[in-house]
Amino acid sequence: MIKLSFPFTEEKIRALKVGDEVLISGTVFTGRDAVHKYLHEGGQLPPGVSLKDGIIYHCGPVMMKQADGSWKCTAAGPTTSIREEPYQGQIIHDFGVRGVIGKGGMGDRTMAACQQDGCVYLHAIGGAAQVLAECVKKVPNVYFAAEFGAPEAIWELEIEDFPAVVTIDSHGRSLHKEILNSSTAELTQRL
Amino acid sequence: MNHLLDSLLELIRRTSAEIPEDVNQALIQSLENEKKGTIAESALKIIEQNIALARQKSQPICQDTGSILFYVDCPVGFDQISFGETARAAVTLATKKGFLRQNSVDSLTGKNDGTNVGPGAPALHFHQHRSPEVRVRLVLKGGGCENVGAQYSLPIEKLHANRDLDGCRRVILDAVLQAQGKGCGPGILGVCIGGDRATGYELSKTQFLRLLQDHNPVPELDALEQDILQTANALGIGPMGFGGKTTLLGVKICAANRVPASFFVSVSYMCWAYRRQGVELDATGKIGQWLY
Repeated sequence: MIKLSFPFTEEKIRALKVGDEVLISGTVFTGRDAVHKYLHEGGQLPPGVSLKDGIIYHCGPVMMKQADGSWKCTAAGPTTSIREEPYQGQIIHDFGVRGVIGKGGMGDRTMAACQQDGCVYLHAIGGAAQVLAECVKKVPNVYFAAEFGAPEAIWELEIEDFPAVVTIDSHGRSLHKEILNSSTAELTQRL
Repeated sequence: MNHLLDSLLELIRRTSAEIPEDVNQALIQSLENEKKGTIAESALKIIEQNIALARQKSQPICQDTGSILFYVDCPVGFDQISFGETARAAVTLATKKGFLRQNSVDSLTGKNDGTNVGPGAPALHFHQHRSPEVRVRLVLKGGGCENVGAQYSLPIEKLHANRDLDGCRRVILDAVLQAQGKGCGPGILGVCIGGDRATGYELSKTQFLRLLQDHNPVPELDALEQDILQTANALGIGPMGFGGKTTLLGVKICAANRVPASFFVSVSYMCWAYRRQGVELDATGKIGQWLY
């Protein structure tokens, strides 16, 4: 188990390889379909949000407003990342993103951006909303909640020991590609 | 009917927070089968922790609380309109309480009014029977697994799938291959062979009402279910597509008549966070017994 803490520098990210299990701590920002489309179309990040040496988390959490006005994260698993494939590579490049947390893996363009720009894809356990919500220690801010709705908003999360597996590294390897190739070969033998 | 709102609220809470026992047993078994020290084992351990934590905290197992699908068995003369109104009220209340995420979006405007109620949401399926009981089953089906569902129109030359059981086997296994990593495996397949496009998908989802350990009463389908389960688990896709022994927890298949010109195989994929519960209601609308 490797501890990975903010800031997520290129050096730390380049040291990771496919199959590494990591525990992530620090500030991350959620972003899913609406945010990716918006940024890809030239939209600007709101003041207060920086993805430089940062991590973007494909997640639409369940947030409950507390009596004192703060937010409590009550469920926070990853959403399927491949929907962001048309946008992700460019966003990694333009905003200096060092890590993408999601599930299900991503395609060739994201893999190429990881290699060129020094970024990794961190696979969280899909559906594990409670274990992952326990790792969210604080929700300092939310952006675009009115425009995009709660699941699609940018939530600023302070996470601690958030478990994930490196499935696309910055050296051109993708576990998803490898398993697809091996499972396709296995199936061919069984038809 | 005055207790119906409370009963449906409790049904939603429990469905969202508690995995059914048959699914839990299958997951425990798969954790024992995985090779120690692998990321597949780690993934299943986190899944087990998550199941326990959700139950203990009475919080959603998965933040995607999914499409809300009610299946209601009811006697002749049952007031379906009132039931629908109460079900929508229960869904709105469950959303306020955080048992459900604000998860229903207007497809034209993109607006999410935070109620989970709108055209087609929740989905209500009524089935009349000639006995007095009212049984309400609920399935919460997340979007990740819904997106990897697939419908095949046989024959498909590329997959060498003809209009026979071998052709069905080929396309169902293709669906497993295509779904890898994306549907939050280990998954469960609900399949319908035949029907038109709409009823095929509809019936494929009713297969999720079956218990995981049951056996199909039709021998050909039972054999196909076992075969696909074993074959899929030999492909090395594993939990979350990380590699490993457990790709599927179960396969459930039904058949419906088709017109001579069509041969559809409709495959619905359920994630490991298989949220399915049911209640039998007494005459006042109170919960008489739990069905799973």
